[in-house]
Amino acid sequence: MRRLIEVLFVAVVGLWGSIAWAADAAKPENKLNITAIIMFFIFVAVTLGITYWAASRTKTTKDFYAAGGGITGFQNGLAIAGDYMSAASFLGISAMVFAKGYDGLIYSIGFLVGWPVILFLMAEQLRNLGRYTFADIVSFRLSQVPIRTLSALGTLCTVILYLIAQMVGAGQLIRTLFGLPYEYAVVIVGALMILYVAFGGMIATTWVQIIKAVLLLTGATFIALGALNHVNFDLEAFFRSALEGVKASGLADHKKVVAENKDIFAPGGLVSDPISAISLGMALMFGTAGLPHILMRFFTVANAREARKSVFYATGFIGYFYILTFIIGFGAVVLVAPNPQYVDMVKGTLMGGNNMAAIHMAHATGGDLFLGFISAVAFATILAVVSGLTLAGASAVSHDIYANAMRGGRVDERVEMRISKLSALVIGVIAIVLGIQFEKQNVAFMVGLAFAIAASANFPILILSIYWKNLTTRGALIGGSMGLISTVTMVVLSKTVWVDVLGYKDPLFPYKDPAIFSMTLAFVGCWLFSKLDSSSQAQAERALFAAQNVRCETGVGASGASKH
Amino acid sequence: MNNDPVDSRMIERIQNHPKYQELVTKRSRFAWTLSVFMLLIYYAFVLVVAFIPKTLGTKIFAGSVISVGIPIGVFVIVSAFILTGVYVRRANGEFDDLTQQIKEDTK
Repeated sequence: MRRLIEVLFVAVVGLWGSIAWAADAAKPENKLNITAIIMFFIFVAVTLGITYWAASRTKTTKDFYAAGGGITGFQNGLAIAGDYMSAASFLGISAMVFAKGYDGLIYSIGFLVGWPVILFLMAEQLRNLGRYTFADIVSFRLSQVPIRTLSALGTLCTVILYLIAQMVGAGQLIRTLFGLPYEYAVVIVGALMILYVAFGGMIATTWVQIIKAVLLLTGATFIALGALNHVNFDLEAFFRSALEGVKASGLADHKKVVAENKDIFAPGGLVSDPISAISLGMALMFGTAGLPHILMRFFTVANAREARKSVFYATGFIGYFYILTFIIGFGAVVLVAPNPQYVDMVKGTLMGGNNMAAIHMAHATGGDLFLGFISAVAFATILAVVSGLTLAGASAVSHDIYANAMRGGRVDERVEMRISKLSALVIGVIAIVLGIQFEKQNVAFMVGLAFAIAASANFPILILSIYWKNLTTRGALIGGSMGLISTVTMVVLSKTVWVDVLGYKDPLFPYKDPAIFSMTLAFVGCWLFSKLDSSSQAQAERALFAAQNVRCETGVGASGASKH
Repeated sequence: MNNDPVDSRMIERIQNHPKYQELVTKRSRFAWTLSVFMLLIYYAFVLVVAFIPKTLGTKIFAGSVISVGIPIGVFVIVSAFILTGVYVRRANGEFDDLTQQIKEDTK
């Protein structure tokens, strides 16, 4: 405990020092945003306090991985919503609405509709069958070593890709918002997330996420109200002024819209052909159901009842949030686009980059102080999301690979926790190093790839293991691997990597989203190789399904909340 | 986890309990129906976006600038929330009561 206090103390002093130092080092064009830094500091101080409190309550692996199972449905709903409302979706979707209009809404709907399906088909099953990771469920009646290894691989691929994208986004965003050099931003984010996860485990990670979700929902509500207040809450006038905003806009994107006479209130060029539209829809919908850091949240509540409630609240918060981003995006067309304070009228670009629409809206509706608040919230958002990802990755290493695949489940809890903390440190360092390496790279494809892998490798084996009696280890292994390999191959050969990153002239695979093909391959692989599997092990695995289903339906034998 | 101690005779008693079959049938029918409902709403929307995107640009009434796409989009979001509410209401009431009865009968 004493050592922990020392570490936290050094962390705070170090952070303060590095920011003060960075202030001197910052180039003059990146003006340091003092209000934002102070508000962010308050957030960091509070969350480190929570980490300290959480550390004293984290005694067992159950506390570490699953917050002792003591999170309520409402709290977990906020935490799930928080995981989902990343800086990328807050800034990215409002920016998409801002630049392209209706297309932004299509995206956010795709992100949302996965939730009801997760609730109906997976939430209580996850809670009743699993303990700490989704691999618990897949390996419930299948062979531990190969299945855990495959699931951990799927988890780590998803987590690392998602982390790099978040880290690069964090560095760029914080450089713009706070005036800090890129490397400092990445190191600060990395160091804080390692602290939260290694010392506070799931309890700290959950509460950081809850606090951030409340701050972000509050902040976004105020921006949206500011936008509507501008037109006295008359929706007709609001959208009419958005049309005028596009005409008066200095933005090159908007000039193009006017020149081509496009309708910003109808679908534009986001989804060009039916295959892409359906494939994107599948990746968004089923990818959500295979994201390890989201699935992990279902183990933090006491029982199936609370698990269901979590999704109900989460869907409400996320849906509300997307409606807000829609209003904020169009609000920015009205208040930001025609204003030379925010737009470089000569170059036709938004100051600070395309993703800054919501940030400028904060300034346009609430002035410097509110801008500082929203900037700090954006920083906090990144921190909270990367912490969840890091914990998911660390759990895969310590719980799936070490404790179960390597040691057959016979491990000392303290050793397992130490491995997990060490993994969090290693994953954090990898994220920092890669985050700095990828600074100048185009990382936009990484989130898409993470979703596609989640949809094509993690989701098929998970859902089949819950619902399909005949799934065998061999089938899951071959099908899951086919999903993983085909996704990566198709994304590398598609325009996003082959042309945009590697610089070749023409893509070898015509679609941006591989999900419709890779998911099909994974399901067909699982089905075919399970059907062909007539080994005695396969028979035994099928025989275990009935017992699994009893537990799945009734929760008999499921782990409850630990008593503190 | 396989190593959790669950009595195999208790599993058998639950499986043979008439209410267990009732629970499984009712719950899965309800869950799949609602899932299909959500998928229908969403993929209908996606197919309109893919094949007849202009339809969503139609104005809600003459003289308005608001397109039907906007209320339709908001409807898809709200329907997702309502469907989760419908499920949770029945599952946390009727289905949980059934589960409770089964558990007590087979103790």
